[in-house]
Amino acid sequence: MADTHGKPVPMPTRETLPFWEGCGRGELMIQRCGECGQFQFFPRLYCSRCMSERVAWVKASGGAEVTSFTIVRRPVSSAFAADAPYVVALVRLEEGPTMMTNIVGCPPERVAIGMAVEAVFERLTDEITLPKFRPRNG
Amino acid sequence: MRNKVAIVGAADTEVGVVPDLSATQLYVKAARLALADAGIGKDDVDGLITCVSWAEPYVYHAEIIAEYMRIFPRYCITAPAGGGTTLTMLHHAASAIATGMCETILITMADSQVSGLSRDKAIEAMSTAGHPQFERPYGPPIPAFYALIAQAHRHAYGTTDEQRAAVAVACRRHASMNPAAQMRKPIAIADVLNSRMISDPLHLLDCSLVSDGGAAIVMTSAERARDFPRRPVYLLGAGEGHSHEHLSQALSLTTSAAREAGARAYAMAGLGPKDIDVAELYDCFTPVVIIELEDLGFCPKGEGGRFVENGRIELGGELPVNTHGGLLSHCHPGHPGSMFAITEAVRQLRGECGPRQVPAARVALVHGQGGFMSSHGTAIFGNEMV
Ligand SMILES: [Zn+2]
Repeated sequence: MADTHGKPVPMPTRETLPFWEGCGRGELMIQRCGECGQFQFFPRLYCSRCMSERVAWVKASGGAEVTSFTIVRRPVSSAFAADAPYVVALVRLEEGPTMMTNIVGCPPERVAIGMAVEAVFERLTDEITLPKFRPRNG
Repeated sequence: MRNKVAIVGAADTEVGVVPDLSATQLYVKAARLALADAGIGKDDVDGLITCVSWAEPYVYHAEIIAEYMRIFPRYCITAPAGGGTTLTMLHHAASAIATGMCETILITMADSQVSGLSRDKAIEAMSTAGHPQFERPYGPPIPAFYALIAQAHRHAYGTTDEQRAAVAVACRRHASMNPAAQMRKPIAIADVLNSRMISDPLHLLDCSLVSDGGAAIVMTSAERARDFPRRPVYLLGAGEGHSHEHLSQALSLTTSAAREAGARAYAMAGLGPKDIDVAELYDCFTPVVIIELEDLGFCPKGEGGRFVENGRIELGGELPVNTHGGLLSHCHPGHPGSMFAITEAVRQLRGECGPRQVPAARVALVHGQGGFMSSHGTAIFGNEMV
């Protein structure tokens, strides 16, 4: 297992495994309801809008928009000390759902609400790859 | 439930850094002080509510306190969290009294976040609130969640650093008039803006304290309340709103379920924002107060930043907020935080606050929130029935 320096490593469950398997392939997987068409994330057994159990995994485009962000100066734990300052953000996927993530690939001061971003995949351990986001126009 | 129950006893322990008392001892000391304030003995209590403690966690926490005090309640609950949950428990306690489940409820909440846990451990323990798979891997400390809320509010409504700082300045000014408060040296807006950046746009002084301390209240029916030595403080209205747990699942970052909690409490009381003489609002971080002022109807959505300017939420202003100093300057021992807002509301409505007394205060509103603007509870109290 790769050295994560004590960072929290996601433990996939039966419900979330397809998401983490997708990240391993470089694909951002979310759910879509077969009854009402709603896209949802986090993964759920039922559609959170109509309670249908006909939810299927689909590949999201990976495109998103920053809805809020913060530059973390005081890291949550010593495991993140080397990363500080780092950007924690909320991004709205093109399909609708919101995710928490890090914005990478640009100086923290360049991040702005409304910025167009795209998913990138960073290997955390042999088993887990984390989806992060970077500015869309390089 | 309007006019059906009253608070007849209220007390705080010493707060701040209290190395000579364990978390459990703080719960029991707060309880003993509140019982003395109510003029009753421990055996008069037939209902007990506590919250869990980080420093001394027990699964059956309320039973631990009952056992320690050697009391034998017929109603006994541990709240699993703090903030809004404290108001939820007050709501439960009121309905338990109103429905006859019990007559006299003691609510005692405390923790020892500095002396029993250490500041760093307290912060790290609370950060586990993020989703283990979809939030925590990105390293958000607690202030980052509230910074995301503050940034969204700034982006939507132009709320400024100076406006958020005004909340911290008001709380500190009130704390400077409260000998019990942990941080009493007055500060100016520049002090907030010049304090260390923690998580943009929140500076150190936008963040609440880490403390030891406990507070307790005694509640009974309004009818029985007349037989107690202190002037009863009646519960006029109570309401809750619950919208999400994880911030990344919130439908809005800038409008919270304080709107529903407040509307339900106002409806029960038959009162509105204009009737409130003093407000004790959950202030774990400065932007929270601004959003609460909007969602509780003290100003239109987006106007919270302008509302807190020019001393409007300070003593002598239009709506004095957090007259004890709040979580920002009085104390914040974690889960018990909202209890100090309730005991302050009681003291204000009894007219016991000396230099920080809101003149002729008749109606007080207390609001708590927990999680990340997730769980909201509002209570409206009066020193007369309405
Ligand atoms: Zn559906």
